[in-house]
Amino acid sequence: MAEARQTVERPLSPHLSIYKPLINMVMSILHRLTGAALYFGTLLLAAWLIATAMGEVPFTYVNALFAHPVGQLVLFGYSWALVHHMLGGIRHLIWDTGRGLQIWQVNALCWLTILCSISLTVALWAVGLALRGQL
Amino acid sequence: MAYRTPLARVRGLGSARAGAEHFWRQRLTAVANIFLASFLIWLVATLAGADYATVKGTLAKPQIAIPLLLLVVSGLVHMRLGMQVIIEDYVHSEGHKIAALMLSSFFTFAVGLVCVFAVLKLSFGA
Ligand code: HEM
Repeated sequence: MAEARQTVERPLSPHLSIYKPLINMVMSILHRLTGAALYFGTLLLAAWLIATAMGEVPFTYVNALFAHPVGQLVLFGYSWALVHHMLGGIRHLIWDTGRGLQIWQVNALCWLTILCSISLTVALWAVGLALRGQL
Repeated sequence: MAYRTPLARVRGLGSARAGAEHFWRQRLTAVANIFLASFLIWLVATLAGADYATVKGTLAKPQIAIPLLLLVVSGLVHMRLGMQVIIEDYVHSEGHKIAALMLSSFFTFAVGLVCVFAVLKLSFGA
């Protein structure tokens, strides 16, 4: 395929560093970042499943990794990324129908995404830990 | 080739004409993922801290194993399409782009096979 080749020095259009961060732009970047994080995070799921299938010793080992404070932090981050990407994805699906595209609606949906993703993730962990009497 | 204009060289190459299919599959799997990922969150939350026998027994149940397999398939199809877009956005040299796309496919199939093998082994095996 043809590759873009710069032959003439042309002025560049203003890029990222010029713009004030707007909420829709930040949410767009976060959707991509969480998508990419989830991509690599599937390794966590694969490790958990294959360790369980392999037997009690690998299972206990992987479980200990997940239970370690660093492991818990990774799992917390993964769960937030999943919840955030899911809510952001639902926002995209709404936009795909042509709805919610007025500027104020776009901004409201974006704020809703980040506020709900943080509170939902914290609530999930709080309930989970409380049920196990660790909170 | 050397005498052809840049326009003539790209004419006809066009798009691969798979854009609509790509878009549609990404949306289809996105909708499926809403339900399947919610299921995974519930599953992991209920199994956190459980002993080996419980986890093994739970994952072997058809009503758990089947949605789990659906999640693996839908999630991986979705993430491979998503990573393809990211790669095409940022990797501009043709060789690097093709290498990155191949690597991404290998990664996806490897993760998928490990997950599916594990779930099936838990369901049918030892
Ligand atoms: C939980 C439900 C999910 C929903 C509703 C969802 C929805 C979406 C949507 C609508 C897009 C396209 C965004 C756009 O066109 O700009 C997208 C992109 C993407 N998704 Fe998901 N997704 C979900 C789960 C996942 C999971 C589990 C993974 C990975 C394992 C994932 C990885 C990605 C990636 C890598 C992209 C590309 C990001 C980009 O192009 O910026 N998604 N998702």
